[in-house]
Amino acid sequence: MHIENGKVLQHIPIGAGYKVLTLELPVIAAAARPGQFIHLRIASLPDAVLRRPFSIYRVEGGTLSILYKAVGRGTEAMQPLASGEILSVLGPLGNGFPLPLPAGRTPVLVAGGYGVAPLYYLARKLQTKGVLFVGGAKAADVLLEDEFRALGWDVEIATEDGSRGVKGLVTVPLDAWIKTGRTESALECFACGPNGLMKALGHRAVEGGFKAWLSLDRHMGCGVGACLACVQKVRIDGEDTLVRVCKEGPVFEARDVIWED
Amino acid sequence: MHPKLDINLAGIRMKNPVMVASGTFGYGPEYSGLVDLNKLGAIVVKGISLQPWGGNRTPRLVEVPGGLINAIGLQNPGVEGFCEKYMPFLRKHDLAVIVNIWGKTVEDYAEVAARFSDVEGVHALEVNISCPNLKAGGSAFGTNLEATARVVSAVRARTRLPIIPKLAPNVSDIGAFARICVENGADALSLINSFPAMAINVETRRPVLANVTGGLSGPGIHPIAVKLVYEAAKAVKVPLIAIGGITSAKEALEFIIAGATAVAVGTANFTEPQTALRVVDGIADYLKRHALPSVDALIGSVRL
Repeated sequence: MHIENGKVLQHIPIGAGYKVLTLELPVIAAAARPGQFIHLRIASLPDAVLRRPFSIYRVEGGTLSILYKAVGRGTEAMQPLASGEILSVLGPLGNGFPLPLPAGRTPVLVAGGYGVAPLYYLARKLQTKGVLFVGGAKAADVLLEDEFRALGWDVEIATEDGSRGVKGLVTVPLDAWIKTGRTESALECFACGPNGLMKALGHRAVEGGFKAWLSLDRHMGCGVGACLACVQKVRIDGEDTLVRVCKEGPVFEARDVIWED
Repeated sequence: MHPKLDINLAGIRMKNPVMVASGTFGYGPEYSGLVDLNKLGAIVVKGISLQPWGGNRTPRLVEVPGGLINAIGLQNPGVEGFCEKYMPFLRKHDLAVIVNIWGKTVEDYAEVAARFSDVEGVHALEVNISCPNLKAGGSAFGTNLEATARVVSAVRARTRLPIIPKLAPNVSDIGAFARICVENGADALSLINSFPAMAINVETRRPVLANVTGGLSGPGIHPIAVKLVYEAAKAVKVPLIAIGGITSAKEALEFIIAGATAVAVGTANFTEPQTALRVVDGIADYLKRHALPSVDALIGSVRL
């Protein structure tokens, strides 16, 4: 864990309100693993007492990128960020996705909206190619399709309004794909997206008997395990316990997660 | 000239007057990769109860103008869990360890205090009679003079460690609460805890926090805390630990000039984890700039 001042190198809109922010962060970039996150202090909101957490989308040399959308006061304030500006960054934080992939497993990635960002970082680190199931509310929320195809991955799409791919959650094409004769125990699933999707996928994985690693998004405070704002109930060795999403997570195995809402 | 930063707080020797406040710095290891604990005067660890406690449901935290509202609900591993898991780590560091303790009954508080009395490496107990997030205990004690007296005297009877009641801000006369704590054996006082507060999502008309209400902390409460520290300092002679919205040495100095012997950085740890270290440096710079020999020379020096 480091605190590093990151210079903005690029801040590029990629359509439908989504943006990619690239920062020069040699120390944090060198330590980062897929599934970890960074905690940004937004310089233009000096009165904001909390940093804002973002999954890591890309790491190239000494640079690190995030993919985000304006969804609140912090991300709204980030919109005018320009090259050369400096942001205080805490990271890399949390545990990433478990690597390497066990031998003989097919990687299956499941993403909703900008939840696809950490999965792209993961796909670039995986030796084995697999399938990405990516979804969103509408066609414009389906991100990084071309980038995954360029890596040689198959891409299956679903949208809630049916404007792109199958209508419904991405678990619909996932189910259909599994029924084409896949052995569920040979799948290793990695997922990131809205809570509803994580919950649906988590239940599906437990029922189907395949391993699924879910990256959970919970409202965070400190990002380092001190404030206990982002706790999640899990069952480990038959015992219910509260763990910190920022510290013990954000990635959890689906069968351990206890869904309360 | 190097000004003297060290202080004696109710018999606890501290290398400087800057601490990190309960609930904002975990139990020590959480920020240790970013903050050298040996450079802090003291750590006040997150509130400990007799048995492990799960705290409130989520959401537990919301940012608001001027700070944040929390309703963590004192989740903690209990006395035994804390001592086993965290005391070996804390003992390896050169700083005062102050354990924040709480209970649901007077007897709970006294029992926790007794358990900590013989734990090596614990320097003092901060008695949390003012947490706004407990239905029983917490501020139910700290906003009632008679209940405050009962908790403080019960804790006093069961430990030889210095005891530091943490006062609630939402009382009409802070001086009366300060006095009753001292009369019942308090060695020092911490003030203030967070303010009872609430945020509502206007779209859903639901409270933002699962607990409905929480405690407000952060820069917005600082001037109120200065006034309460100033009043408490007039009411009692024991050392005061001032808490509330410190983000730089300036707010810490205000507290000391108002009458505090030490200060604790809270919410700002989340914003800039190294705030407490900057406060230490800033206080040293100030003393040099004003040709003051020590922190002691500044305590309660407000010119009226």
